[in-house]
Amino acid sequence: MERDQIRETLRDFMGDNYLFGDTDRLPADEESLLEKGVVDSTGILELIEFLEDRFGIEVAESETVFENLGSIGGLTRFVLAKTGATQPVG
Amino acid sequence: MCGICGVVVTDGPPPDRELVTRMIGRLRHRGPDGSGLYLDDQAALGHTRLAIIDTEGGAQPLCNEDGTLWISFNGEIFNYVELGDELRRRGHRFRTHSDTEVIVHAWEEWGEDCFTRFNGQWALALWDSRERRLVLSRDRLGVRPLFFTRDAHRIAFASEVKALMADPEVPRELDPVGLDQVLTYWSTVAPRTVFRGIEQLEPGHVAVLDRDGFRRRPYWSADFPARGAEPGQDVEENARELRERIVEAARLRFLRSDVPVGAYLSGGIDSSITAAVIARYTDAPLHTFSLRFADAEYDEGVHQQRMVAQLGAQHQDITVSPADVAEVFPDVVLHTETPILRTAPAPLFLLSRLVRQNGYKVVVTGEGADEVLAGYDIFREGRVRAFWARDPGSTTRDRAVELLYPWMANNPGQAPAFARSFFGQDLDPDDPAISHRPRWASTSAVKGMLAPGLLDEVVRGAGDDVLALLPPQSASWDPLSRAQWLEMTTLLPGYILSSQGDRMLMANSVEGRFPFLDKDVIAFANQLPARHKLNGLDEKHLLKLAFEDLVPEEIRRRPKQPYRAPDTASFFTDTPPDWLGDVTSPAAVADAGVFNPRAVQGLLTKAARTHGVRTGNTDNMRLLAVVSTQLLHQQLVVDAGRATDNHPPEPMTVIDRVQPVRSTA
Repeated sequence: MERDQIRETLRDFMGDNYLFGDTDRLPADEESLLEKGVVDSTGILELIEFLEDRFGIEVAESETVFENLGSIGGLTRFVLAKTGATQPVG
Repeated sequence: MCGICGVVVTDGPPPDRELVTRMIGRLRHRGPDGSGLYLDDQAALGHTRLAIIDTEGGAQPLCNEDGTLWISFNGEIFNYVELGDELRRRGHRFRTHSDTEVIVHAWEEWGEDCFTRFNGQWALALWDSRERRLVLSRDRLGVRPLFFTRDAHRIAFASEVKALMADPEVPRELDPVGLDQVLTYWSTVAPRTVFRGIEQLEPGHVAVLDRDGFRRRPYWSADFPARGAEPGQDVEENARELRERIVEAARLRFLRSDVPVGAYLSGGIDSSITAAVIARYTDAPLHTFSLRFADAEYDEGVHQQRMVAQLGAQHQDITVSPADVAEVFPDVVLHTETPILRTAPAPLFLLSRLVRQNGYKVVVTGEGADEVLAGYDIFREGRVRAFWARDPGSTTRDRAVELLYPWMANNPGQAPAFARSFFGQDLDPDDPAISHRPRWASTSAVKGMLAPGLLDEVVRGAGDDVLALLPPQSASWDPLSRAQWLEMTTLLPGYILSSQGDRMLMANSVEGRFPFLDKDVIAFANQLPARHKLNGLDEKHLLKLAFEDLVPEEIRRRPKQPYRAPDTASFFTDTPPDWLGDVTSPAAVADAGVFNPRAVQGLLTKAARTHGVRTGNTDNMRLLAVVSTQLLHQQLVVDAGRATDNHPPEPMTVIDRVQPVRSTA
């Protein structure tokens, strides 16, 4: 899957699942999903489940760090790395 | 325990007798044993009675010897026997054996200073017909509710908002600022309510309306010594003293009643202590009541049984399923009279019904211990965050979050790095609300769903309202004291004692009594060194020490399990409640004007898909905020509380002193 496609898939999921269609509130790529109030500390588990289902990857506990999961940009890079050749943080 | 209401006009015709009678009828659940109405040219006082002390002689409204001073009183003054003795020595003559009459004489003797002498839980109205003066007073922590609405011509007051709504002139409108507070702190900050034009008297305050106008002032507020200047530093001595005060507080609450008193038993340490003290230090037979949950995640049955076996108490419990929560939820909101962010009050509504069905009118519970003696996770979080803020580079901070939450099934510790960044947000060592920021921030996430018009009105930053009330000397307190003060000002009166307390108990005509909120217990606890209350991350440390012999180790040492009930899952079982679709329809949501209908539909769709399984904290709060706000709007704004219309309970006593209108001819 291409970078832009991954990014859009993630943005769609965030818009539907956390913002209930209010996509005006989607943070910019490098803004913190946590600080913007999009994802909370328990909502992160939904995100991990989504990543595993949608992209067929496995998220190890050591990978649940802010660099990987904390922003749309971070998530895009993380998924790319897990599905491709780049090494994720963790 | 009772319901009170009334109207005082400052100019114009006498209060409308028919209106005050309607107000009394709407408080029937608070006092089904009888009612009363006093009426003169300027004032009307109403009362519904739950007869507990002096069941023969204590009818209200009640007056002084010459019939010039009248009272309508809800609550208990537990030291009324001692106060009565003192007042008799000073020459006062009593006609009844009630605590109500003690208040009247105490007012005559000491005036406004009388309230500092009361050890109890009360909301009351005194009418001095000679001075044409109305006095309203509420207990220190806000155990008993007291609402009012006023304009240039009159004041109307009542134990519950629904009684004020009996008057068609009272506005029926939700207050955006009040809603903003609930969606930040979980409750409004007194005097505000979620209804425009309706206020509540602040806990620990007295208000006066007379020829000089309306004024109010605190007679008490929570205070703490400067950090390091606490008078008692010996932990064992403090444990002994704390035990003595709690034993005395529990005894007073158990014995000062002319009807039998039961006890709640949650399986945690607080109610185990109150029940164990009663068993050890009184001869009264002990009857305990417990909540159980069909879902093992919330159930504490094993610990309850362990305690019951030790106490040898007569015991009853009720097992609550998600469907039970949904079924009673509209009634629950009719009584909380505020949006709620969890379903936790609903099982307590069912528990007080069980108590009532067993013939009990009074229960003692462990409420207040977590605030007064530092039991909540938020105090532990506050300490961890303060530690991080002082030493951001520390390598041990990684471990701290995992220590915080051993109990949660949906545990943030499962994504520890993420939990760290959650609890590591907004770390400012000088922030007086450092303990509360994560909770306020995560609760505020719900506001993202507000309707655009309302969102515009909600412009202030979270935390400002309540921080403005922090006393200046709080800068010298231990951070734990500041966190306790914040809890005692927001969640305790506005949610714990109200939505989970008085309102759920009184909905079924049951009075709650709370030994941990005793005047002398709080006075002692507030001056303890913080480390005696929260030792490292060991919560309620001194309490555990003080009752080592009365509570088994497995209950003393078990990790604290916050009281919770299934939230989203309750409304999305295989058979959702039939009212849910109506109150959350796009038309109903648009009509209430609080939430964005499109966002609500998105949330409902998600909840229907997941059935509430593994729903995150924010989504649970969102769903509860929507469902409870919609029910509140339907029942108290659209219907203006009409479902509670009722006849004043019999027997009804009426004292009508309105002068016949003189002919103008």
